[in-house]
This record gives sequence, C-alpha cells and structure tokens, in this order.
Amino acid sequence: MSDPQHDHRRHPAFADYTTGEPVADTKAPEGPIADRWDRRRFEAKLVNPANRRKHTVIVVGTGLAGGAAGATLAEQGYHVVQFCFSDSPRRAHSIAAQGGINAAKNYRNDGDSVHRLFYDTVKGGDFRARESNVHRLAQISVEIIDQCVAQGVPFAREYGGLLDTRSFGGVQVSRTFYARGQTGQQLLLGAYQALSRQIAAGNVEMHARTEMLDLIVVDGVARGIVARDLITGEISAHYADAVVLASGGYGNVFYLSTNAMNSNATAVWRAHRRGAHFANPCFTQIHPTCIPRTGDHQSKLTLMSESLRNDGRIWVPKAKGDTRAAADIPEPERDYYLERIYPSFGNLVPRDIASRAAKNVCDEGRGVGPGGQGVYLDFADAIRRMGRDKVAEKYGNLFEMYERITAENPYEVPMRIYPAVHYTMGGLWVDYDLQTTLPGLFAIGEANFSDHGANRLGASALMQGLADGYFVLPSTINDYLARHPHRDTVDDSHPEAAAAIRETRDCLAKLLAVDGDRTPDSFHREIGELMWEYCGMARSEEGLRKALDRIPEIREEFWRRIKVPGRGEEFNQSLEKANRIVDYLELAELMCLDALHRAESCGGHFREESQTPDGEAARRDEEFGYAAAWEYQGTGAAPVLHKEDLVFEYVHPTQRSYA
Amino acid sequence: MALATRTDRRPSTTRTIWDSSVGKKSVMAVSGLVMLGYLVVHMLGNLKIFFGADEFNGYAHWLRTLGSPFLHHEWALWIVRVGLLAAVVAHAVSAYQLSRRDIRARPVKYAHKRRRASYATRTMRWGGVILGLFIVWHLLDLTTLTVNERAWAGHPYENVLSTFSTWYGNTIYIVAMAALGLHVRHGFWSAAQTLGAGSARRDRTLKFLANGLALVLFAGFVSVPVAVMTGVVN
Amino acid sequence: MKLTLRVWRQRGADAPGHMASYEVDGISEDMSFLEMLDTLNEDLILRGEDPVAFDHDCREGICGACSLVINGDAHGPERTTTCQLHMRSFDDGDTIDVEPWRAAAFPVVKDLVVDRGSFDRIIQAGGYITAPTGAAPEAHATAVPKADADFAFEHAECIGCGACVAACPNGSAMLFTSAKVNHLNVLPQGSPERETRVLDMVARMDEEGFGGCTLTGECATACPKGIPLPSIAAMNKEWLRAVRKGPR
Repeated sequence: MSDPQHDHRRHPAFADYTTGEPVADTKAPEGPIADRWDRRRFEAKLVNPANRRKHTVIVVGTGLAGGAAGATLAEQGYHVVQFCFSDSPRRAHSIAAQGGINAAKNYRNDGDSVHRLFYDTVKGGDFRARESNVHRLAQISVEIIDQCVAQGVPFAREYGGLLDTRSFGGVQVSRTFYARGQTGQQLLLGAYQALSRQIAAGNVEMHARTEMLDLIVVDGVARGIVARDLITGEISAHYADAVVLASGGYGNVFYLSTNAMNSNATAVWRAHRRGAHFANPCFTQIHPTCIPRTGDHQSKLTLMSESLRNDGRIWVPKAKGDTRAAADIPEPERDYYLERIYPSFGNLVPRDIASRAAKNVCDEGRGVGPGGQGVYLDFADAIRRMGRDKVAEKYGNLFEMYERITAENPYEVPMRIYPAVHYTMGGLWVDYDLQTTLPGLFAIGEANFSDHGANRLGASALMQGLADGYFVLPSTINDYLARHPHRDTVDDSHPEAAAAIRETRDCLAKLLAVDGDRTPDSFHREIGELMWEYCGMARSEEGLRKALDRIPEIREEFWRRIKVPGRGEEFNQSLEKANRIVDYLELAELMCLDALHRAESCGGHFREESQTPDGEAARRDEEFGYAAAWEYQGTGAAPVLHKEDLVFEYVHPTQRSYA
Repeated sequence: MALATRTDRRPSTTRTIWDSSVGKKSVMAVSGLVMLGYLVVHMLGNLKIFFGADEFNGYAHWLRTLGSPFLHHEWALWIVRVGLLAAVVAHAVSAYQLSRRDIRARPVKYAHKRRRASYATRTMRWGGVILGLFIVWHLLDLTTLTVNERAWAGHPYENVLSTFSTWYGNTIYIVAMAALGLHVRHGFWSAAQTLGAGSARRDRTLKFLANGLALVLFAGFVSVPVAVMTGVVN
Repeated sequence: MKLTLRVWRQRGADAPGHMASYEVDGISEDMSFLEMLDTLNEDLILRGEDPVAFDHDCREGICGACSLVINGDAHGPERTTTCQLHMRSFDDGDTIDVEPWRAAAFPVVKDLVVDRGSFDRIIQAGGYITAPTGAAPEAHATAVPKADADFAFEHAECIGCGACVAACPNGSAMLFTSAKVNHLNVLPQGSPERETRVLDMVARMDEEGFGGCTLTGECATACPKGIPLPSIAAMNKEWLRAVRKGPR
C-alpha cells in the first residue's frame, strides 16, 4: 500500500489510487499570521452595493453556517436562493448541539487569548489543519459572541448580568459560552431569525422541503443545482452566480450516529462527483459521551453533552466481568482510568482520547451495562460537593433526557456512556476563501474540511459554522463574484444543465424500478455496521481491506435488491432515504481508502499499526503531514490523491500529551 | 439595501383592537369585568329582601331617584342600563366572532376524543348562551313584568315572591346562577390573563379570587329563591 | 409487546383520509415511539404497501420535527416530544391511535405530516432582532439581569413543534407566538422593536387562521419544553402596551 503506483493491475481496484499534482491554498496572504485575515479582506475585490442585487447566490442548508451565510449575504444586498430538506430552516441539525461555543474573550482573565485558542485548536486537531484558517477562526470567535448577543441569544449569565463561561475538553481555560444544554438551539434560532427577517424582506427566496440532488457545472464553473421538491417530487434546476454548500457532515454513513436522521452526504458527495475534491474523509470524530445502544431497533444514538465531563467522573470496575451494581462496587475496586492515565487533564482529555480509552477498557472486558459496551459517568462526588440543586441547575435537562431514554435516574445511579460517531472533520477541500476546487462552489461549516484537522475540540463546531457563515464567506465570496461576473445566463436547455437534470431523474427512476426485496434501512444498517467495525474507533490495514472488498458487493446487491415503494412524483420518504444511501455506498469506500492510505494515527484516526508503546496514537509527520484531497474518477474507480502540504510556522508539531 | 421589513402605516387603535383576536379578547375581558362589577352590586342589593318588603321596595325606589336632583328620575338607572347593554353586546359579538374563528381553526376533528380542560372552561360558550337567554327572561319577568304571573308594578318584593313561588321560576333561576358561577370562575381568571395581569407568581391569587367571586355570586343570588322556597322570606 | 395501531392515512393534501389499522409485534419497551413506527414501516415496505409518512429528524427532542397526536394527546402521554416517548409508556395489547396535528393553519401534507410554514411566517413577521452581521457592540457592553436572561431563555426554549396548536381546542398559536415575543421583548437588545414585534406577530398569527385563546391551558400542558401558560398573559400585556403606546 505504501507505493500504490507500483501495484499496476489491468483493472485497477478502488483500493488503488494515483497521486496527482499537489493542491495548495493560494488565497491566504503571506506575512504575520495575525494580519492575514485583514490583508485578505483588503485585497479581495468588492462588488458595488448597487450591483449585488443582480448577483444570485445559492445556499444549500440552513444550519449555523448556511443560516448565517444566507442572512448575511442578503443583508449585504445579494439575492439569495436557499434550500433545506426540513419543513423549516429552524430544524437544521445544528440545533442539537448542546455544550457551547468557544471564544477567546478572556472574560475570566485566566490567560486566554486569540493565540491560545489558535494554539489549542491546531494542537487539538493533531496538526492536520491549516494554520492560516485556524488563526482566523480564533480571531473571529470574539465577534461571534458579540453578534449573537446582539441578536438576542440568551447565553447563560452571572448575577452581575455578564456572560458566564465554562471549560470544555482539551483546554485549560474557561472560554466556552453556553445557553444551558441548548447552545446550538439558541445560536441556530438566532441565525434562523436573522434569515427570517431577510425572507420577509424578499432578499432570500427560501425553498423548504427541497433537497439538492446534483450540482450544475458549466464550463468548469459551478452555476446551479438540481433539486427535488420533497412534497411534489418535482425535479427542478436553479441557477446562480455562485453556489454555497452548507449541508453539514456525513456521519450518518455509520447508520448509528448522533446525527439527525435526515442529515446526509448527498450535496457534498454529488459536488465531489462533479469535480470538487474531498479532503480527509477518514477524519471522523467519535464522541465519548453518548448513551449506549440498547438493541437492534436503535435508529440513532443520543449524545450527552461533553460538559458533563466537567463534573462527572468516568470509571469502570477494576476487575473484568464485574457484574455488581455500581453502588456495590467499593471505591478501591473502581478504576477512574482517565484520571489515572492522564493526571493533568483527567476527565477533560480531548474527545478522541476519551473515546479510545473507553473502547480499550470495554475491549478488556471491563465495560458495564448490557453487552459490556459502556462506562460509568458518575456524579456522586459532584452532588456531594455542590449539592443536588446546583447539579440540577447545571445539567438538569441532560439528566432528564438520560432518564427518559434509559429509565434510570442519574442522580442515584451513575450514567452509562459509550462513544458514538458525532462529527466529521473531513469534507470538501476548500482554500482560505472557503472555495472548493470547483470555481464558484464554496463549502462552509461541517461540509468543508478546514479548521479542525484530525480532531475537533468541544464547542468548536458552533464557532466554525458561525465564523464561516457570518464573517468569512460573506467577505470572500465578494472577491469571486467581482472577478467572475457572469454575463451569460444558463437555463435548462444548456447541455450540461440538461445532463444533470436527466441524470438525477434517471437515478431516482432506477431506484424505483428495481423493486427488490430489501428495504433502504437494511442497506443503510449494513454499510453502517461495516464502517463502525472497520473504519470506526480503531482501524487496521486488514480490516480496511476487508471493508473495501465488501463495499462494492453491498453496492451491487443494493442495485439488485433495493425496494422503494411508491412513485417519484409524490412525498416519498423511502425514496429520499434510498437516494442518500446511493451516496453513502460510494463515500464509505473513499473513507476506507483514505483511512488505509494514511498509515499513521492522528486525532480521530487511529491506526492500530501506528501507536506508541503505551498505546497512544503515533503520528508520522514526515510522511503524512498533509491534507489528502481526493479527486473523483467514477464509481468504484481508483481516485486521484492530491496532497496539500501543511506548513507549521507558529505551532510546532509535537506528540500531543495530555498526561 | 432593502433591510427594512416592516411598514410604517398602521391602522387606527380601534381597528387594531377589533381586528385582532387578542384585541377582541380584551374587549370581552373589559365588558365581562363591567358586568361582573354590576353583578356584585346587584347581588348585594338583592340581599335586602331578607330585611322585609319595605326596605327592599324602598331600595328599588331609591335606585330610580339616584343622582337627583342633579339627574332626572330614572336617568341614573338608564345610564347604567345603556352601559350594561353596550357591555352585553360587545361581549356577545366578540364571543360570537371569536368562536367562529376558533371553530374554523380546526376544520377536521380528532378521531380519538378525550376530555380536555375543566368543566368551567369547556362550558364557557354554552354557559354564555344560557346566560343571554336568562337575561331576556329575567327582564321580561322582573323589569317589564311581561311574564310575571302576579305582576304588580312598583312592588318588586311581591314580584320576586311571585317568581319564586313557581317551580319553573326557581329552576330557571338556579340553573342560570349555576351557569353564572361557572362562567365567572373561568371568565374572571381568563380576563385577568387577557389583560396581562396573569403571571406565575399571581396565578394562585387570581384563581382563588375567581373561585371566591363565583361562589359568592352563586350563593348570594341563589339564597333568594331558596329563602322564598323555604319560607324564610314570605 | 404486541400492539394495534390505528393510523391516519391520507395520500396527499387534497385526498380524503381515514384511520387504518395495523398490528405490530415484537416491540421492545426500550424502543422510542418513532422506532416502533420504523418497525411498522419496514414491514409495510416488504409487504409492498406504502409506509406511513411522518416528520422526524434529530430524535433527541430538540429539532421540533416530530408531530404526532397519540391517543388524543399531542406527543403522547408523557410530557416530551414523540421521539423521546418510549414504548415503556404503553402496555402489551394496547390499541394506539396516531393522528397528525389538526389545525387549519397546519394542512396535512401526507399521512401524519403537516405543513407548519405558518409558524415560520409568524417569525418572519417580527420574531427577530434587527442586528445585521458586523453591527454588534461588544457583548459585555450591556449587562442583562440574570432574572431577565433566565426569563428570555425559558421562552427561547420553544422548539416550534406545534404541539400547542395541536392540543388547543381552538387551534390557537398563542403559546408559540408568546414564547418568541417574550424571549425577545424582555432583552435590552430587543427593546427598540418591542411594540412592532408583538403587533406584527399577533397580526400574522391571526392572518394564518389560528384560533383565539380561551385560556384552557391545554397548550402549556402539551408543550414538551414547558413553556408556561402565563407566557400568554405576558404577551397580552405587551400587546396592550403596544396598542396604547403605538409603535415607535
């Protein structure tokens, strides 16, 4: 695998790939990192305010990134055409983020600064993110809080009326702003309300219950999308001067994840098929604190905010196969393994480390609960120290949610938690301007690969989504629109547009025509279980190869046995689902290939072959100090790898240590 | 840049109130409270019947001379009557229009029926209709004396005894007063909410007040027919 | 568990609908209500029938997509969203009626799916603070008393699911509208638009064809997020104040 070019076969299998020209970000200015964003904004060309109305921008998605971008672009005067598959823009999955949003405000006077947030994020991402982007993110973080407060986001406050903060995994300062356990909801509603104002003003044309199914590329430039009205089933094309994808991550490829049921990879994947490079697909984040699964019926996993790790203590019994109730296990027979292995960060180590540690103790046979797939998160000490009321005030809604799902009272019995897929750091490759390799196509929020490297720190997703949507994209897209004024108009009769519409229709018709004997869910579950087994918390060459052998078989079986009832010209949720699985079946393959080619461990990507003697992830910077951007070559055809070398001028790569 | 999303042209205050469901509810609340205030006074006046015919009839006569010599005979009474009529009309018209809106808002009913809300809440509409019909009968019986069997103008004490000497008079009256009690019980609390006086802190007080008013009015009004039936008043 | 489901089936907005009966078997009490429906749908697909359409997304009780009236109760017997309702709330052998939200302002799209666009339009009428990106002052420039911040938060918790409308005998959206009015009107940032906000949102609510409020309290009982009934009184007060003062 180390040198795939030598492995010529007559029919190259997917596990082979070729290496193409390196890809580089050409937009970030040179010079001191702290000045780059200012310089970029100054150097960018602007569109005359009077001309903005003549420019149409398509935004796909209405989460934190998409909602914020749609509202802000409309405020600037652009004509925005926006899409979401939900019945309302307010339901985007950003709403489920619980814990908080980071900002380098240093309100606590605890040594925080823009540079420290930048440093923490690069280090937390295990040195696989682009420095310029991360620094900009840290700079913008402070403006986000100002913006959200002005919108009326009800952040938690102290008795003096000022904003409260808390600490979060992977950092030693208290820089996380929060709104009880519903920070994502409150931030999203802020963006949704700003967007609503622009919809009412006629500046945003909102298409709810409409799903993007393809990208229209004309002469190598993104010019529109093909979308399906989920109520009528009507396929239509929409054209614009630029297309922004804010369609979220692809964690649902694992079937069981903390993502919403309808979150999917179709928009990004079909953009990838049309020429946008997909970067670091194997960088997926497994969140350590989710409620363990209870059975085969399970449709999704529920996350318990990481903030619980501030006061909860994680432990398992010292002895294997100890089936006593938690309360019957005396203190000396408990192993508070995070506190033991990582004394300085204790229960607050980054997510990837906490997840892997949980997997390790469960693999040793010390897991608790049904199937031994769980560890305790115990609040007994916190309740003793702070009192039950204080704990209830801080975590009440999370405790309620836990009890509702498990029928266990966490005030009395320790919670059981287990890691679950939560976030995908990979995504469409973008430059400093958040433009993909396809001119005119931008990707923001979780849909792109920037900022988080190989592992995202807690409370940073909200920060990135809003930074991209409110501040970065609205500045950088001006430059593109000013430099590429489209004088021609494209319509359905244009050959490339017509082809995209036809292919979309054909794909749906094909799904409906198979009329096999397996449901869409059964395939989704199968591919998901395969991915969790071989491309989940720990990956090995052997396992990944097995998965890469198996995926084409599942894909073949899918097209032979899928059963989609109903018609295409109606509200048809089975068809929506099946159509998304088509993309998972290709994306899964690329994820495995990316994981296979990256023969190092870093962040959320843990290769069993690459670990330190004490079982920690061993990075191999010399060979893998790059972001891997993949170019599509066809279903099942070997893709082309384009490397973006990562240069670290300010934060020098070290082996992460949280001990 | 088109940032403004609101128009500055606004309809008149009266229009705003009458066109809005919240405004119309506040019309109901205010007119309801006006009638409620009248009923408290009316009920207290009724209790004079326990002190004999002279006192009761004298009180009735005084009502007609109220405000004199400044006001002409019965003018005060007519002012009150006009005010009450306005309140009744405003209350009823608002109620009718709001009910129509409410019914239109749920064109398809649930197949699975289940009991919702309290009895007082559920009977507001029919209770209101019953009270409206009662008022008509009550006026014909004791004001115009049209339907009173032993009508004797200028002698309300005797007329009241006449009404409550019949089984149907007692029945109509007591049923109507029960409807009144229920109506006031939810109506007073509801009016307080509509006028913005409700809050989590005051909720208990308001509920207590609503129940108290309902009970006092019911007991006060019903004490008269009961007293006549039992012979306490004769 | 074995259950009988009676589910509202309606092919499209203008098609007639009816309650259809289905038997489901092998239901675990750890399943959520929606996972139970997933099981039914898997069966239906394999039998070549049309699966039951229902809205759902996060399945964590926060997105507000799920919207079922179960045995006459919006979101079923527990005070939570349908996705967080578990089958342990039912008994083996139960017959369960499942219907969509019923309101003129929420027309049925298909089966159990309704169109709640009217809620979006109420927000568009004024459920926001005009604060264009970039115009914000430093976050600590204005302190907000903790009590006001908590009051705002309590109302901002609304997930826009529409259970209040579904439960109200009048199909009224007062609780939904009041939640947003109260959230924004109590904050200093929301105060410049305080009057126009409440006037415009209430007017929009009326235009959408929601019923009026008769203070039955059904909405607050059904609300999975516990938006309290006095929220409505607080909005009425804001509305009357705005009428008295006139929009600024």
